[in-house]
Amino acid sequence: MNRIEGRVKVTGLATYAAEYPVENVTYAFPVQSQIAKGRVRHVDAQAALAMPGVLTVLSGEDPPPLASGAGELALFQSREVAYRGQIVAAVVADTYENARAAAAVVRVDYDPDDHDVSLRADHPGLYKPDHVNPAYPTDTEKGDIEAGLARAAAVVDVTYETPVLHNNPMEPHAALASWDDEGRLLVYDTAQGTTLSRNTLAKVFGLPKERVRVVSRHVGGGFGSKGTTRPQAVLAAMAARAVGRPVKLVLTRQQMYDVTGYRTPTIQRLRIGADAEGRLTALEHVAYEQTSTLEEFAEQTATPTRIMYAAPALRTAHRLVRLDVATPSWMRAPGECPGMYALESALDELAYALGMDPVELRIVNEPETEPDRGLPFSSRNLVGCLREGAHRFGWEQRDPAPGVRREGEWLIGTGVAASTYPARRSPSKARAVVQDDGDVLVQVAAADIGTGARTALTRIAAEALGLAPERVHVELGDSDLPEAPVAGGSMGTASWGSAVVRACEELKSDGREGTADTTEEVQGDAAFSRHAFGAQFAEVRVSSVTGEVRVSRLLGVFAAGRIVDAKLARSQFIGGMTMGMGMGLMEETLTDEEFGGFLRRDLAQYHVPACADVLDVEAVWLDERDSELNPMASKGIGEIGIVGTAAAIGNAVYHATGHRVRELPITPGKILMF
Amino acid sequence: MKPFDYTRAASAAQAVREYAPGTMYLGGGTNLVDLMRLGVAEPDRLVDVSRLPLDTIESVRDRVRVGAAVRNTDLAVDPMIRARYPMLARAVLTGASGQVRNVATVAGNLLQRTRCAYFQDVTRPCNKRRPGSGCPAIAGDHTNLAIFGASEACVATHPSDMAVALAALEAEVHVTGPGGDRIIPMPGLHRLPGEEPERDTVLEPGDLITAVELPPPPTGATVYRKVRERASFAFALVSIAAVLDVGEDGVVAGCRIALGGVAHAPWRAERAEQALIGGPATGEAFLRAAEAELEQAGPLPRNAYKVPLTRNLIVSTLEGLAS
Repeated sequence: MNRIEGRVKVTGLATYAAEYPVENVTYAFPVQSQIAKGRVRHVDAQAALAMPGVLTVLSGEDPPPLASGAGELALFQSREVAYRGQIVAAVVADTYENARAAAAVVRVDYDPDDHDVSLRADHPGLYKPDHVNPAYPTDTEKGDIEAGLARAAAVVDVTYETPVLHNNPMEPHAALASWDDEGRLLVYDTAQGTTLSRNTLAKVFGLPKERVRVVSRHVGGGFGSKGTTRPQAVLAAMAARAVGRPVKLVLTRQQMYDVTGYRTPTIQRLRIGADAEGRLTALEHVAYEQTSTLEEFAEQTATPTRIMYAAPALRTAHRLVRLDVATPSWMRAPGECPGMYALESALDELAYALGMDPVELRIVNEPETEPDRGLPFSSRNLVGCLREGAHRFGWEQRDPAPGVRREGEWLIGTGVAASTYPARRSPSKARAVVQDDGDVLVQVAAADIGTGARTALTRIAAEALGLAPERVHVELGDSDLPEAPVAGGSMGTASWGSAVVRACEELKSDGREGTADTTEEVQGDAAFSRHAFGAQFAEVRVSSVTGEVRVSRLLGVFAAGRIVDAKLARSQFIGGMTMGMGMGLMEETLTDEEFGGFLRRDLAQYHVPACADVLDVEAVWLDERDSELNPMASKGIGEIGIVGTAAAIGNAVYHATGHRVRELPITPGKILMF
Repeated sequence: MKPFDYTRAASAAQAVREYAPGTMYLGGGTNLVDLMRLGVAEPDRLVDVSRLPLDTIESVRDRVRVGAAVRNTDLAVDPMIRARYPMLARAVLTGASGQVRNVATVAGNLLQRTRCAYFQDVTRPCNKRRPGSGCPAIAGDHTNLAIFGASEACVATHPSDMAVALAALEAEVHVTGPGGDRIIPMPGLHRLPGEEPERDTVLEPGDLITAVELPPPPTGATVYRKVRERASFAFALVSIAAVLDVGEDGVVAGCRIALGGVAHAPWRAERAEQALIGGPATGEAFLRAAEAELEQAGPLPRNAYKVPLTRNLIVSTLEGLAS
């Protein structure tokens, strides 16, 4: 289906958080720490307060009260500085320009301490977190790794590194907050989930949930960075309370790099052994990653290794270090994306060590049940994806020898990698009601962050009701609607759709209205290992003169349950794959070791693929039947597209050049310096 | 952004008369306005010269005069430029994006500032932005910065593609200013950082570029090639504008090599040129010439890749032109 909101978006009529017309509005602009660690000694707001239009300056000098006092959202509650770029004050003024100009003259004096912003695999501060995001065991171990390696015919012991990556949604994080006469808070927020954002704001401000409303009708991308409530929402609400007027706050692109989360850098060591037939004898994946001193975020980097391949000895572990950096957070496929980059690259190295085709190596190690917990898979079609992809891509004709195909200065290579992503769902509520004209209104506090959720839910409801989609109207993006989980973990459609189907079923028997709460249904889900799988194939051209890498072909084949809507699904898959291409070849935020914080904080320096980079990207899918999932029989598809792309490209670069770059991104400089 | 006054000049002479310390001329604004938003540029006053009647491309005898306010897109698509100076059209088209080129002017393209991360961040030191504050790029992120002609004060690069082609074409920059009119031959407009990295060019306060004049096209084959990890809308890691004239006898009669992305100014590879002229047009000679040029390179740890990249690019480009 075409997107229901497509027309209002392309004609500029869709209203985003910062665009609601609100009378008497004022503007807030943050002041950010210029040290990476230490204490704010004093905030001198005198000069700022004397500037035109300035209403107030908020800071730790007179901390506006908050009910919860720790973490990234506890603005001004502590004088400690946890990272460069942290918000330490804010100016509220009558115009954006006045607020921004005054913020520049707020004087902050610090007592700086020495900072440490560098992740190392031998960092003395490394520790084992209690669990990794969201609630996985930190380590798993079965069998004897050393014995498995000892009896292997081939062993790879390799370390891969991924840099800090930023989500960079097109729409900047923004909030427009106002308090009414009865002390109720309304926030137009850039949220991937209005229920969660409402609950968070209620907690932060010590309010009952029913006195807070969060509205996010349209969200211009998030990729996880809008999944948790961000400081701009708290600051706007805090400022609105302070000045007694609505406050609008739109972060600059540079500020987004500082305070809206990022993908942790990782250092990953893989040790893999296999017998002469390619069957794994040992598989070990240890990930080193960072978090902040404010909050713990432990990315689940090694978790995909727990479900991918059969191995008698399987060990995964995560070690974390608290650095003087902002707290990392969710970015499209946290865990699976960096983890599968390393695993699937290392597996390619193993295939070369064994002299075996990398597609066949993966097929040989197909497990019967989930290697980690022994659970049956609800469905698993990795082998089908690999075979279908190999056929479509022309893999059979591939000469595995690296560095031998050349057209002029261009070396040509192909690579393959598997992808995977969990197929979860969460409890959700929904309501469906027949309107006066006979059309059906479906309400659910879901979020459409550009994924097409509104359209997918319309289609799901229409199918459940036996109505034409034109007669179904989905209302979402408002915490006053039936409670729903965030658009995250690729479980939006599965979670909201389950509730929408149940509400529609009830409407059909009731004739007028149906409501649903899937809490019990979801809790009753049988014990299966639930995952989508895929295979990605890349063809690259690498200039032997310049080291430039161009991806001439990219093919993804996915098995992700029943596809709810082909057009929306294709966009999700190729969008993820394109983002994976960015990760493979260009995306990188540098950490400033001297001053702390990040460098390259804009889209001129942090490169994401341009149209000219996207030459031939195609996604197809297998028809997968899985009745264990949800009423739609669907698996989430928002994230799997990015999983494995960078590995497929890196493997293709090796095939083209004979050089194995083990640190992303694979830039011309790294290729030339081999 | 600091509040500022704005006036629109009716003529180049009036613009110069309007000049006072703290004044900046505004062309397309694609770089200056960004820098003002970032607080890097804080003019008291902008004199808008983007609509001066300096927006024509004219043939003057055997030369071509390009007005300073000609938009980048108009320059790149001009039939005369495409026919006689394809290297220039190519260079312009590799720069920025279609939207930016539609707005950016020729003079503004020449006078754009470095994209060094530290220069663009007012919370960090930068000798170019705040003289004497230091250059953190030398120990920090200099991945895309200079390997030629840098100083202890600054390792910035000039980001323009067009300027590199103009350096190879030996264009003349026409300037008017409080001190009268003068002509600056390219690549002489831009300077190396030395002890004064705050000065990008040899222009004096109040100087206004009015035109760029192109001499007759050089004899020989020409090309512009730009290297970047993203296929579009990215500054050059290294770029090259080259002219090669090989006689019937296989001897190099003329050679010009200008490099972008390697220095504070478009870099004429004079040592390489001199090494080649009068000698054979062979791959071996091209390699020796490139290496002669690179003997003066001073790479830093993160931009050392620019040495093999520049070498490869010179050799490959000249080989392409020779065949």
